[in-house]
Amino acid sequence: MIDHGQADVAADPDAHGHVDVDTVQLSAELVEAASVASHDIAEYALWLGDDSLVLAQHLGWWISRAPELEEDIALGNIALDLIGHARSLLHYAGAESGRTEDDLAYWRDEPEWRSAHLFEQPNGDFAHTIARQFIAAHYLFELYSALMNSTDATLAAIAAKAVKEVDYHRDHSIQWVLRLAQGTEESRRRMITGLSDLWPFLEELFVDEPLIDRLEGIAVRPSSLRALVEAAMSPVLAEAELGVPRGFISSGGGRRGDHSENLGPLLAELQVLARAHPGATW
Amino acid sequence: MTIPPVPYAIAPENAATVSAEEQQFNDLIAADSRIEPRDWMPDGYRKTLIRQISQHAHSEIIGMQPEGNWITRAPSLKRKAILLAKVQDEAGHGLYLYSAAQTLGISRDLMTDQLIAGTARYSSIFNYPSPTWADMGSIGWLVDGAAICNQVPLCRASYGPYGRAMVRICKEESFHQRQGFEILLELMNGTPAQREMAQESVNRWYWPALQMFGPPDDDSPNSAQSMAWNIKRFSNDDLRQRFVGMLVPQAEVLGVTLPDPDLRWNEERGAYDMGDIDWTEFHEVLAGRGPANARRLQRRRDAHNGGQWVREAAAAYAAKQAVKAVA
Repeated sequence: MIDHGQADVAADPDAHGHVDVDTVQLSAELVEAASVASHDIAEYALWLGDDSLVLAQHLGWWISRAPELEEDIALGNIALDLIGHARSLLHYAGAESGRTEDDLAYWRDEPEWRSAHLFEQPNGDFAHTIARQFIAAHYLFELYSALMNSTDATLAAIAAKAVKEVDYHRDHSIQWVLRLAQGTEESRRRMITGLSDLWPFLEELFVDEPLIDRLEGIAVRPSSLRALVEAAMSPVLAEAELGVPRGFISSGGGRRGDHSENLGPLLAELQVLARAHPGATW
Repeated sequence: MTIPPVPYAIAPENAATVSAEEQQFNDLIAADSRIEPRDWMPDGYRKTLIRQISQHAHSEIIGMQPEGNWITRAPSLKRKAILLAKVQDEAGHGLYLYSAAQTLGISRDLMTDQLIAGTARYSSIFNYPSPTWADMGSIGWLVDGAAICNQVPLCRASYGPYGRAMVRICKEESFHQRQGFEILLELMNGTPAQREMAQESVNRWYWPALQMFGPPDDDSPNSAQSMAWNIKRFSNDDLRQRFVGMLVPQAEVLGVTLPDPDLRWNEERGAYDMGDIDWTEFHEVLAGRGPANARRLQRRRDAHNGGQWVREAAAAYAAKQAVKAVA
């Protein structure tokens, strides 16, 4: 017989990125705005907030559908982080025009969204989701690392919080790229397909729109991230023995309101209930 | 040492025939102490726990679906975040409970196979659909509320890993119940359409939630043994009564009507009288003829089978890494 009252023998759910649901905690996670954003800064915050919200909306679908329970939790956790980033960014973006985060999330039509096409791409199979995560998390990590130095205190604070979480998202995607690329023949084939299908959307992330010229020192210049993102992904691809996909490059346009065909249905689902009850609170 | 082939009650007249290990088990139960994984335990005790804990784990996993149904459509970002975190909690509870069951000698793979094959049971409440947003409120308030009434006493269950798992789970469940109540409260304070949505949902979930406590005491064959083993602490009817007593004042705060015309305070008993529960429906749903049984299992099967190649890849990769580490 062993001692009674010892430490629990059951597995520790913390190991899987477990979170307690707590509204206080969820609210405390949001970064408060230090000031009201100018019109241009608000527009830039929309770029970033929309990317995160659209990606979170896709990832939330996986819960109860993932290949194993640990992945239900991990992908849910990532989605939850991204919703947190989106809420902080949309809250900041909306203050300038007197709109709430929900006004922006639920009552803007497709042309008013600013998400890049990468984030709009469908989940596909698990390898596609991982390929999208791999590119997105590398981009977001470099973006937020640089944005921490923004002269805009609110953007810098949001970035400082987000970068730690995105670092975990990046690690999660790297582990899966390695597993899938070097697991079985089937998983390797699927990983190569997933990466090839998502790679065309990388380019748009590095395009400097005119807005960026007006936000010197405040926004991160997208073109400045290309070398950093590529340098970070390159050793992983090498270890996974994956070549850099060649082929199509999507012309993008998300920052100007030109979206892929995936955004419309995604917004229809996201907004359907809120729009059925104008003026209601939840 | 022979292990009795069938569960038997611990009775003093058996004392002369029991082994030393068995006596130790009986003494621990009599002292209301905890049984731990490496302790000797009767086969029946082990089987009862495996059945109960795995069913509980399956319930958490299947229970992710009716709420997962609304993550993409949650009507505010705050609600979306809370719902996402709640469903994620349920996956965590499932994992935690599977681990507790594993300490009794059953593998997670076997439990998963049993669930997918349809041979294992889970709480029949999750075989009801969630067609409206108000169902996120009702599931939290009524379903998680009933679960808490059932589960708080399980924190003192005689099997250590189960009792300790339940302590953590109950903390989170009580938050889940509160957020369900808040969703309904917000709806009841809202537009006429929102109030109607809330009442309609409570009408649908109230009776199935009462059925969650299981059949009436005179029709609950396993209860007496589970109570003798200190796994179960209160009878089904006692817990149901306690639950209704808790709901009535909360329903008044919400302004919803509980759909039982016979529900009234009985001064003499100091408890609420309630109408008859439709046990035919309960047994129908249990037998696989509920509104969403097939859909729930199909989703689980699709996720499992669809993820087979991913799990194989992870296993193959781990094996290759292990070989590399040795080399």
